[in-house]
Amino acid sequence: MTTEEVMKEMAAILDEVAGVSADQVAMGKSFVDDLDVDSLSMVEVVMAAEDKFGVKIPDEEVKNLRTVGDAVNFIIKSS
Amino acid sequence: MLLLQDKNLLITGVLSDQSIAFHVARLAQEQGANIVLTSFGRAKSLTERAVKRLPREIPVLELDVSNQEDLNNLSSNVSKHLPYLDGVLHSIGFAPQTVIGGNFLTGEWPDVATALHVSAFSLKSLTVAVLDNLRDGSSIVGLDFDASRAWPVYDWMGVSKAALEATSRYLARDLGSREIRCNLVAAGPIRTMAAKSIPGFQVFEDAWVERAPLRWDVNDPVPAAKACILFFSDWLPKTTGEILHVDGGFHVAG
Repeated sequence: MTTEEVMKEMAAILDEVAGVSADQVAMGKSFVDDLDVDSLSMVEVVMAAEDKFGVKIPDEEVKNLRTVGDAVNFIIKSS
Repeated sequence: MLLLQDKNLLITGVLSDQSIAFHVARLAQEQGANIVLTSFGRAKSLTERAVKRLPREIPVLELDVSNQEDLNNLSSNVSKHLPYLDGVLHSIGFAPQTVIGGNFLTGEWPDVATALHVSAFSLKSLTVAVLDNLRDGSSIVGLDFDASRAWPVYDWMGVSKAALEATSRYLARDLGSREIRCNLVAAGPIRTMAAKSIPGFQVFEDAWVERAPLRWDVNDPVPAAKACILFFSDWLPKTTGEILHVDGGFHVAG
């Protein structure tokens, strides 16, 4: 998948799980600081992304996924 | 024959596929059981997502154990899916951050009361809520963390677990006339969402890996889940009021 395709799917997940509107989602945005995604929602975002993209995002890795771009790059690398 | 062939279970506490309760549900299904889950509030969508990772999809009922209306509705909601119950898993605990993580001496009663209500009293209220659904010979199982000593950072959650242990003994006493057993599984530290919400949880992980006689993997909830399955099976018919340590032997290490 291309970066744009993964971004679009991630925006849909963030909207569904945490009510973040698509126009707020950008590669450089921090889940916690910019998009107000708390720890409970982050777990759900990760589960949704795993289901959507067929990847496994290990716990140790989740800590490193600070921005949307971090998550998108990890998914592209793993899928 | 499978260990839980045709048994019906109510399982609380499935939050993600890392939850101990998730693996109890998974193993129970693999061993032939029919299950309903409970969840509530924001956690419910997480639980519903986790359900999709179980061998068979199952219903998720609304239950906040601190909400009497939810408790009142539980029995009839369970009956819509299962004609009777053979077991209940209590995998529920909560303490406000003001009473854990090194806040023992400063913890105030309303917050402590919340911890005790959700984490200990709920074993009684959950059991009583479905008492009419439970067949004679059923099994109640709760998830515990050894409360026989004072741990770092666990604070009022530790006191709540001590209350849970006592509650389990009294339930064992009062349900014995119906051959209903009540037991707890005292697991070692597992990196679940519940554990990750305890500030300073790392100290447990380090201690366990260093001291437990058996190798302890903080990422593996399966050993604790297997012990729950054993309590739901017919293989411990005269064991009640018991606390089974699934901690790699940590509790006997000096």
